[in-house]
Amino acid sequence: MSGKTLYDKLWDAHLVQQRDDGSALLYIDLQLLHEVTSPQAFEGLRLAGRKPWRVSSNLATPDHNVPTTVLERKSGVDGIADPVSKIQVTTLDDNCNEFGITEFNMTDIRQGIVHVVGPEQGATLPGMTVVCGDSHTSTHGAFGALAHGIGTSEVEHVLATQCLVAKKMRNMLVRVDGQLNPYVTAKDVVLAIIGKIGTAGGTGFAIEFGGSAIQSLSMEGRMTVCNMAIEAGARVGLIAVDQTTIDYVKDRPYAPKGEQWDMAVAAWQDLVSDADAEFDEVVVLKAEDIKPQVTWGTSPEMVIAIDQPIPKAEDQTDPVKRESYARAWKYMGLEGKETLGDIVLDRVFIGSCTNSRIEDLRAAAEVVKGRKVASTLKQAIVVPGSGLVKAQAEQEGLDKIFTEAGLEWREPGCSMCLAMNADKLGQGEHCASTSNRNFEGRQGFGGRTHLVSPAMAAAAAIAGRFVDVNDLVKQ
Amino acid sequence: MRPFTVHTGIAAPLDLANVDTDMIIPKQFLKSIKRTGFGKNLFDELRYEDEGQPDQECTGRPLRQDFVLNQPRYQRTSVLLARQNFGCGSSREHAPWALDDFGIRVIIAPSFADIFYNNCFKNGLLPIVLHEEEVDQLFREVNSTEGYQLTVDLEAQTVTTPSGTSFSFLVDTFRKHCLLKGLDDIGLTLEEADRIRAYEEKRQQTAPWLFAPRSL
Ligand code: SF4
Repeated sequence: MSGKTLYDKLWDAHLVQQRDDGSALLYIDLQLLHEVTSPQAFEGLRLAGRKPWRVSSNLATPDHNVPTTVLERKSGVDGIADPVSKIQVTTLDDNCNEFGITEFNMTDIRQGIVHVVGPEQGATLPGMTVVCGDSHTSTHGAFGALAHGIGTSEVEHVLATQCLVAKKMRNMLVRVDGQLNPYVTAKDVVLAIIGKIGTAGGTGFAIEFGGSAIQSLSMEGRMTVCNMAIEAGARVGLIAVDQTTIDYVKDRPYAPKGEQWDMAVAAWQDLVSDADAEFDEVVVLKAEDIKPQVTWGTSPEMVIAIDQPIPKAEDQTDPVKRESYARAWKYMGLEGKETLGDIVLDRVFIGSCTNSRIEDLRAAAEVVKGRKVASTLKQAIVVPGSGLVKAQAEQEGLDKIFTEAGLEWREPGCSMCLAMNADKLGQGEHCASTSNRNFEGRQGFGGRTHLVSPAMAAAAAIAGRFVDVNDLVKQ
Repeated sequence: MRPFTVHTGIAAPLDLANVDTDMIIPKQFLKSIKRTGFGKNLFDELRYEDEGQPDQECTGRPLRQDFVLNQPRYQRTSVLLARQNFGCGSSREHAPWALDDFGIRVIIAPSFADIFYNNCFKNGLLPIVLHEEEVDQLFREVNSTEGYQLTVDLEAQTVTTPSGTSFSFLVDTFRKHCLLKGLDDIGLTLEEADRIRAYEEKRQQTAPWLFAPRSL
């Protein structure tokens, strides 16, 4: 018999009941909650007269709707100008109070994007099952945790029963071997992977990312990779636990302490796929082949290296692909453009649960330091992932570097990643964004999103168009 | 939950691959704290010329004539034909809520994104995977026949065309059972409360740190 994959191990360890029909009850260790996908779940609990099964397994923070300007943030919830957003954030506060759930509210320095906050607090731990009403919950898989997004009905189900009705996924290994080139980051790696397997390539799979290039990534980088597993169709992204994982978790507020820490670390050693484990599918990339990536279209799979020409619809042989390329060309306004460098940018957004951690901000700051944002740009904003990331960045003087270069320094939240608050693109505007989705209208009605790494976004802010960050830093 | 047994209704062809949840229901409408009322904003950006706002009256808004559900013959659509990877993107359950509120009961496509697929069942909607060629055939037939209706029988797991051709589809036994009966998942799981507690006790022995009370 062959060995177990990391996913198999996590699944087995959380199995409460396997049913004959293939479905199972899976025990959930941590549920993260935010204001957008939880109100209807709490309402459901109330209507049925139910209580959370284990209150302490939940952690909440508002992120999607919160404003990011200092002015609006000064007076907490009352400062939210949009009345509908205000109701949603207030509802989260009220629900957490009513049910006794720990919440980092808008005035708490620990508030931030759920996927930044969980790991930062040590709430996310190796070997856990983590769910959240948000598809980018795959982020937490970077810790060797089984983590994925769920819908609101499931949020309610987990609140009420501590379990999820789940079905086992298939195993995929994506291996990135070798050493990454300078200024090629975790973001470029995951975009290249999506470019290779497509946005549906991982559907039905739990993807484990492995290989020397993945192992050499920091926890921040690993989170970036797992974050975007969902953009390849996989609900779950996973990376094996190693010393990097353990070092990151140690001494975080919610991490185990003392004797329990030792016990936990011992147990976490097993959170790797066995050497003889079999995967249903294996995809291999060479790190050396990966260059800085930029998306040109309206799906994360419409991605190319900075030096490649933009692919044309008429060159596509598959009719469905041809049709969607043609649509993307039109939406993105690419007529008459040959390369990414021909696109004139309007805005730059550095932030989101993909790239708003301290390392991301450092990478962007390094590029803009001593330079000035292009005068053609309407706006360039930097939105840290949490209050603590913001504080750390300020301590390192990164905020000064950004503002001196002409970028705006904001308060933490999802911001322009999905434009539920005031931060958004105008119609037809092109944006270099470190977020994870370039869907039509994602960053604002008619807005045109190009996904890139923080370093590439920073370079784009300086040049006013897409350039290889390697060329920019040489100047 | 409303049970699903047999459904017959007008089918409409949405000829687009990778329809994402931002297309199904754009984010400005996610600010609602309710489960209902999303139907008028289903496919908002594909459906209307202007940018929709939450709480806006939609009857006077300019419609995009090229959008399938705006055509008179598809006004009462309850079966949506779609292309591969339908429902990709976010986990928002507002997507099935919007489809449901609009009156869609069945979505037929060659493939679905996982979370969306799952969310449909929780809301009495039936997502059906058929082979690419079968979906192609349905697209051809619906385009050429006005008033084209499909009958979906969940018990028998079949989709039947007006000419009597039947395609069969697969569905998990558990999901099928819940949908046929309109069962509430939570109630069912709570019947296993003893098992859940037993699991917790065992787990607490081997991984006590997972149960440490949060005191911050
Ligand atoms: S930053 Fe963007 S992708 Fe991440 S949780 Fe917020 S809205 Fe979702």
